[in-house]
Amino acid sequence: MSLVAELERICGREHVLTDRDRLRTYESDGLLHLRERPAVAVLPGTAEEVRRVVAACHAAETPWVARGAGTGLSGGALPVADGVLLVLSRLRRILSVDLPNGRVTCEPGVANLAVSRAVAPTHFFPPDPSSQVVCTVGGNVAENSGGAHCFKYGFTTNYVTGLEVVLPDGEVVELGGAELDRPGLDLVGAFVGSEGTLGVATRITLRVVPVPETIRTLVAYFETMEDAGRTVSDVVASGFVPGALEIMDRLSLRAAEEATAAGNPLDVGAALIVELDGPTAECEARLENVLGVCERNGARGVRVAETAAERELVWRARKAAFAAMGRISPSYYVQDSVIPRTRLAEVLARIDELAAAYGLAVANVFHAGDGNLHPLVAYDARVPGQAERAEELAGEIVLACVAAGGSITGEHGVGVDKKRFMPAMFSEDDLAAFQKLRCAFDPAQRANPGKVMPTPRLCGEVPGPYREHPLEAAGIAERL
Amino acid sequence: MSARVETPGSAREAAELLASGARVRPRGGGTKWGWADAPVPDVVLSTAGLAGILELNAGDLTAVVGAGTPLAEVEAACAEHGLMLALDPPADGATVGGIVAAADSGPLRHRYGAARDLLLGVTVALPDGTVARSGGKVIKNVAGYDLPKLFAGSLGTLGTIAEVVVRLHPRPGTTATTVGAGDTAALARAALALAAAPLELERLDVRWAGGKGVLLAQAGGVSAVARAERAAGLMRDAGLEAAAQEDDDELWAEQGAGQRDPAGTVLRVAGLPAGLERVLASAEHHGAALVGRAGIGTSWLRLDPAAVDAVREELAPFPCVVTDGPPGLDRLGTRDPALVALERRVRERFDPAGALA
Ligand SMILES: Cc1cc2nc3c(=O)[nH]c(=O)nc-3n(C[C@H](O)[C@H](O)[C@H](O)COP(=O)(O)OP(=O)(O)OC[C@H]3O[C@@H](n4cnc5c(N)ncnc54)[C@H](O)[C@@H]3O)c2cc1C
Repeated sequence: MSLVAELERICGREHVLTDRDRLRTYESDGLLHLRERPAVAVLPGTAEEVRRVVAACHAAETPWVARGAGTGLSGGALPVADGVLLVLSRLRRILSVDLPNGRVTCEPGVANLAVSRAVAPTHFFPPDPSSQVVCTVGGNVAENSGGAHCFKYGFTTNYVTGLEVVLPDGEVVELGGAELDRPGLDLVGAFVGSEGTLGVATRITLRVVPVPETIRTLVAYFETMEDAGRTVSDVVASGFVPGALEIMDRLSLRAAEEATAAGNPLDVGAALIVELDGPTAECEARLENVLGVCERNGARGVRVAETAAERELVWRARKAAFAAMGRISPSYYVQDSVIPRTRLAEVLARIDELAAAYGLAVANVFHAGDGNLHPLVAYDARVPGQAERAEELAGEIVLACVAAGGSITGEHGVGVDKKRFMPAMFSEDDLAAFQKLRCAFDPAQRANPGKVMPTPRLCGEVPGPYREHPLEAAGIAERL
Repeated sequence: MSARVETPGSAREAAELLASGARVRPRGGGTKWGWADAPVPDVVLSTAGLAGILELNAGDLTAVVGAGTPLAEVEAACAEHGLMLALDPPADGATVGGIVAAADSGPLRHRYGAARDLLLGVTVALPDGTVARSGGKVIKNVAGYDLPKLFAGSLGTLGTIAEVVVRLHPRPGTTATTVGAGDTAALARAALALAAAPLELERLDVRWAGGKGVLLAQAGGVSAVARAERAAGLMRDAGLEAAAQEDDDELWAEQGAGQRDPAGTVLRVAGLPAGLERVLASAEHHGAALVGRAGIGTSWLRLDPAAVDAVREELAPFPCVVTDGPPGLDRLGTRDPALVALERRVRERFDPAGALA
């Protein structure tokens, strides 16, 4: 039987797409300039169907790519030509909510925000990517997604306690569980952030936490980016970790203002959002502290949100910044590099220099607390050669960040987009160590092939024979 | 012990040793040497030559530290900048590499997570003779697989950790701890109330023996004392007798110490916050004493080794691991064969010849 017929048998005809027009939706993820048509897209409705689809791909020796909402920005869900696209959007049930223990178990296609909604008003799920209304928990797990509040709260990986995973050979394994501090290797930690290359998560157990008693949000406006950056450093040095520290530069402010009319002034060099959350007494005392730091660093004005609606408006402008770039530039290219925060002024100056040299505009809107820059290179794809120049400029920016001791990606993942930069961060031996993990899970490399690693590598057989490990003999570790 | 001791001075030298064909077992402070009843290896790899604080980037809240560095040395250096590495396992001379490899932690785990959550990068010496770095030196990074998490808790079975990059946190400044005393039912009630309260506690622990015990809640920051008073109120509502105190270092050192009993038997129970009452009932039944992370759900029972199997059965499905204990005990209990098979495949890839002891 052909693979398509087999998939139809497993999932039902209406959930298997081979027609060109219907496949168009799935040709790219959020990295829109890369497109690839899969041979077939399949939309299973249960974890068991997912298992059978993966097993069928294994039997047919066909590569496959998992897809959540397709909002990824690194081409992680870009299909493989002639492969299967495994779309998880029908697996959107929240399976259990356990507030006393702070756990939620759900299917991978559940939207990020739906988790917080399911545990409101007492609890919330901290990782909050700007795409949280649509992006899926499965995608968050695969990318180890962050958001504006991760400087204080951490990333997806700090909130995943258990995973049911279908391995690329069709076997199902439970990694972790509801409990923390379990024995054995931390395979949950290894799976989170593996960008769909180790298997597909079909059930996810997450930790949710009590909502803070108070949230205080302010926006401070500065003449220059340096002043805003210095303020961030001074806030962090004053001995506590704010809930969020976000900077928008002049260009991104303008774009966001056109989209949201949040009332931000347009004649400033930078806006800094500071959010303090936690116990009321602590927040109020720290707020005074932050206002003092802003003033000492020459803030031109500070707006403290006094109502939930005002806070909402501050965040609407910030979270709209990416999409809003479309209003001031026909196309844009987002990067996601990280730098040690103390090198901020120097790296931003370098980005300005590079932008001038390429004659392209670069907007900066970023998670300032953790040094995660999101330079948006604006370009016009209709002008011949400009898309290529934009991509080249973005690449130079990535390399400048790595040279400053940083990383090529803070939260969007490597995917196809950044795999060429992996050698700037990692040596051959480092990459070979990554490959060992990959080969343990997926020796045939059928799960999302061609992503993450800069060049294709083989797995090979495990050289044997191996001896029993003394820890196994002792019962501390097992091989079976 | 008849094994030869080698003290490589670099990750490269450590990797050469691992690739030499000998059975090697790494050793940091040697404080958890007994956690495995492993036979004598050919070579003990001492990480003493891989010690030292290589970078302390106060402004960036990161540090790069040799695996053989005692935790106390790192804490002292951080304290000079008003910072800390938020790890407080039992204070017994353990090295940073050893703590990470054993995934050990203490009461600060309540707010700051386990070693895995504080680990930004590792440099490891591998049995194939290579040295590999993964993760990064910034507090946010998703480039490549998260091998730091894989190595945290691997008990040295995949390679030897030579260097780690860790995230630092500001020290809370003022702290105050509320101690609430009472019986089992009141303790369990109070623990859940405190875990759900928006007090942003630094630590939330329980200590129990013989039918009664105490709940300890530590607040930090400029409003620490006021929040400790609020914690006392919640504890009283749940039926405990509670009082707050500011000078609390001793109290917390004792909590950590309760996780160890090198001459006896300790069972680490990976439970859940709402499971505390069940764990306490089992402890009562078998005459065990307990310390635990009330908000996390992990507990340590000091008990008669003969009771291990029965406690495991009563507390299923919570995984229970014997840490300290006499040779011959079933340390891990029964585990899912599919998971064990996958772990084996990972170990085979990193250490095909079984060099690591
Ligand atoms: C406007 C906008 C704003 C954004 N803001 C942020 C932000 O603030 N922070 C941030 O971190 N990201 C952000 N992103 C990026 C993106 O939303 C996240 O990476 C998100 O987690 C992707 O989820 P998804 O469901 O869309 O996944 P997809 O794009 O569908 O897939 C992403 C990857 O996950 C894999 N995958 C999906 N489901 C599974 C599964 N169940 N098991 C295994 N692998 C799976 C795919 O194979 C692919 O490699 C933003 C994107 C957009 C478009």
